[in-house]
Amino acid sequence: MDRAEVMDRVVKILTPWVKDEAALAKVSMETNILEDLKVNSARLVDVVIAFEDDFDIEIADEDVDKVNTVGDAVNLIAGKL
Amino acid sequence: MSGSNARNARRRVVITGLGVIAPNGNGVAEFELALRKGRSGLKTQQSMIDAQFACTVAGTPTGVDALCKSTFSEEELLAMNMNHRYASLAALEAWQDAGLERPSRDSDVVDWDTGAILGTGIGGMDTIAEKVVPFTNAGKVRRMGSTSVEQVMASGISARISGQLALGNQVTTNSSACSTGSEALVMGMERIRAGLAERMLCGGAEAASHYIWAGFDAMRVLNRGSNDQPEKASRPMSASAGGFIPGSGAGVVMLESLDSALARGARIHAELVGGMVNCGGHRMGGSMTAPNPTSVQRCIAGALADAHVAPEQVDAINGHLTATGADPKEVDSWEKALRRRPGTLPPITATKSMIGHALGAAGGIESVASVLMVARGFVHPSINCEDVHPEIEKHAASIPHEMRELPDLDVLVKAGFGFGDVNACLVFRRYRA
Repeated sequence: MDRAEVMDRVVKILTPWVKDEAALAKVSMETNILEDLKVNSARLVDVVIAFEDDFDIEIADEDVDKVNTVGDAVNLIAGKL
Repeated sequence: MSGSNARNARRRVVITGLGVIAPNGNGVAEFELALRKGRSGLKTQQSMIDAQFACTVAGTPTGVDALCKSTFSEEELLAMNMNHRYASLAALEAWQDAGLERPSRDSDVVDWDTGAILGTGIGGMDTIAEKVVPFTNAGKVRRMGSTSVEQVMASGISARISGQLALGNQVTTNSSACSTGSEALVMGMERIRAGLAERMLCGGAEAASHYIWAGFDAMRVLNRGSNDQPEKASRPMSASAGGFIPGSGAGVVMLESLDSALARGARIHAELVGGMVNCGGHRMGGSMTAPNPTSVQRCIAGALADAHVAPEQVDAINGHLTATGADPKEVDSWEKALRRRPGTLPPITATKSMIGHALGAAGGIESVASVLMVARGFVHPSINCEDVHPEIEKHAASIPHEMRELPDLDVLVKAGFGFGDVNACLVFRRYRA
């Protein structure tokens, strides 16, 4: 699976939690999940569970702490595939 | 205000908004039509059959998923169990019915003068049963995600609504079993009278879940004898009443100070002129599960005194009336508290005959029904009591089997009683300037 495909799936998983739809429309690897997309920080655990289920991977809590941008999530997931 | 007595000095509280999600109708217009026609919302429940309940009938609102999709965002719905959905839909309808605009999610404007007291009897039992217990028992706590606490915490429904409507006054959830919704209105009224708030969204909600109903079935307080006739299964005041039928939904009213309602030109449905809550102390015939008749009569009389309404002035009663053995005792308490003789009891109705007993939501939904009856001048039928209970027979003429137009209906008294021997009573009156 190439990174563009991972990116598409990451964005799709994030979509229900996104409160700034304008930011979602111009999403890039640099887009900050909390600050730009306005995802509620408490919901990050739900997003991570969805990543794990969708990609059939496990993500450690320490790795979650390093995810700030969409690109961080894509790279973390791609590294586990 | 000089020269006015204490009665005139007290801030008046009026109802400016109504919202309801009920087994026989979602939204005030549909609900009112169902009430007038005596339409039952009770249906056979597959979940109760599968779990081998003795009673397999319940009242559950229909079409709620579609309403939610058109009303709330996907992100909001991911953290809203049934209790949250019912409560939020009813609260939002009451808000808009009161002529208020739904605030934007992006706005930082908080309404400091409006609060919410929205109660629940059991709460987020569906979330506990379907998520918290299975995940915890399987050692998969991490996979529960972030949304379980806000759905199982007792104050979840009022907290949810405060976020949707940017409420900045007191926001809390009360709980007093089946008197919850009525108690919420008494508490909101007191807060507005005290000058601590201008508007309070008050009422109650209860989810439709066989996990909530199971304990009642185990107690053998649900009617197990009418499974083949769901719409006839809730039979308050009848000789064949064999227990209550569980219901669900939400009813919310917007209580508002008269000053505020007049200042903003709000439409006024009715006035909440008085109310009272008390407890029978599990004495004098009262217990965890049975009401102390003396405390019931004190609660009704106390609410009337608070309202400055004489017992003879009461034009209609919306009772608690669940279709259990407590109905004859309740009617007897109404007779005593209102100082009536057989033949002179005002029309007495059981909304539960159509929607079942919605537990923590009952007082909220039935308050919406009560306000509609006062505002429009009618009493809805109390269905399924063609065979009036022998001990109530002397008051048979006071039970409307069909809708009665009562254009002069001025005062309606509504009561709710709950496990714990707790009582709440409300006095609604047609609004006059």
